[in-house]
Amino acid sequence: MSDLFILMLNCVLVENFIFHKFLGCCPFMGVSNKPDNAIGMGLAVTFVMTLSSAVTYVVYHYILVRFNLEYLQTIAFILVIAALVQFIEMFLRKFVPALYNALGIFLPLITTNCAVLGSALLEVEKGYNFIYSVVFGLSAALGFTLAIVIFAGVRQRLELADCPKAFKGMPIALVTAGLIAMAFSGFTGMSLS
Amino acid sequence: MDIKNILSAFFWFAVLGGGLGALLALASKIFAVQRNERVEKIEEVLPGANCGGCGYTGCTACAEAMDAGIAKANACTVGGQELTDKISEILGIASVKTRRMRAQVMCSGTSEFSKHKYIYEGVPDCIAAVRIGGGDKTCPNGCIGLGTCVSVCKFDAIKIVDGVAVINYDKCTGCSSCVSACPKKIIKLIPYDAAHWVGCMSVDSGRETRAYCDVGCISCKLCEKHCPVGAITVDHFVATIDYDKCIDCGECVRRCPRKIIWSSKTAGGFMTINRGEIDFSVKGTGE
Repeated sequence: MSDLFILMLNCVLVENFIFHKFLGCCPFMGVSNKPDNAIGMGLAVTFVMTLSSAVTYVVYHYILVRFNLEYLQTIAFILVIAALVQFIEMFLRKFVPALYNALGIFLPLITTNCAVLGSALLEVEKGYNFIYSVVFGLSAALGFTLAIVIFAGVRQRLELADCPKAFKGMPIALVTAGLIAMAFSGFTGMSLS
Repeated sequence: MDIKNILSAFFWFAVLGGGLGALLALASKIFAVQRNERVEKIEEVLPGANCGGCGYTGCTACAEAMDAGIAKANACTVGGQELTDKISEILGIASVKTRRMRAQVMCSGTSEFSKHKYIYEGVPDCIAAVRIGGGDKTCPNGCIGLGTCVSVCKFDAIKIVDGVAVINYDKCTGCSSCVSACPKKIIKLIPYDAAHWVGCMSVDSGRETRAYCDVGCISCKLCEKHCPVGAITVDHFVATIDYDKCIDCGECVRRCPRKIIWSSKTAGGFMTINRGEIDFSVKGTGE
């Protein structure tokens, strides 16, 4: 149990997907204009990443390993995750319209998101078992949510800040993202795992 | 490389891809949602700016409300009469008359006429400025001119000219985004063809207003007394015009000692506006 907790903490803070691994940077920059959107995106990523961790584990161990096809894991994962997201989207639209309205526009955006694919590949690389894989996917996504929500809050204030015209908008956002990443690098010294 | 390996990869990926494809095809049948055709049609004709002027979260929400009969066919002010006709046709009801509205900043206090309490050098945003003693203009109901309305306008119709927001009436659709954004609440929606309006919202007494602005309403009531149809009333130290009663005689404009009653004239789809005496020598659409 404590192992799982340490794994989780490690993923959220120390090896944060955005600030440490630089995965999932496009939604991080693209959907962080407003905190509301950021939370929606974070929830969608959490949802998809947790599910895809479970599904890719099964696909890897029961199809790819069995038939010696591990070298095709990237393609297989893209295929499976894309199909999974499409399936979830249809399922939600039919049965949980409220959730679909909240996450709907974000789901297609993360179909082949590098963070989702990255978590699947990292789980394989680290040789996690099923439970560890799912917890890894969940906590990596929580780390992503934390990062994007913090960043959205900062960006909201940035919009009103009096900064040079050349830096307005994306340039200053990138600089700020770098600064937050540096702040998060302070966690690197903690040896949790 | 072993040919068996290649064939196995080929086979299993074909199975995986085919299986997932079949699953999705099946799911799209099972999970098919009946989309309301009428809603889609209405959404198609709506402007799609998602300005929120109708009071709904966006054009989709407005289309749904129109379809359900909660919102009227003329709920979208942006599209005007043409749009109302189209929507009424889709809904199969008789069209309602819409009145084209436009936003009007009710302040004439450009930097040459108004006084300032302090020099504001903070965040360039009206809402932020209002938090510091109600903005840098001495007049509590004057336009701050930092452009919060400019940033919320989806149609790029507002500009700050000499410290006061000015609206381009060709571009203004009357969506009222700026009306709700203005922290001073001095932007009002008036009929597009309104002949006259009072360019001041100061609710201080005449003496106080005179002290901080050369073009503020001093509530002398000359306009009210001389209006032949009783369309103009002075209440709470500020004159307002009832656009339904106004007959465009121009009497109030001539009588106003502060010259703050504005006039507009539309000729050939081109609107000219002028402050004070009726003299349409000043050309422009408010730019």
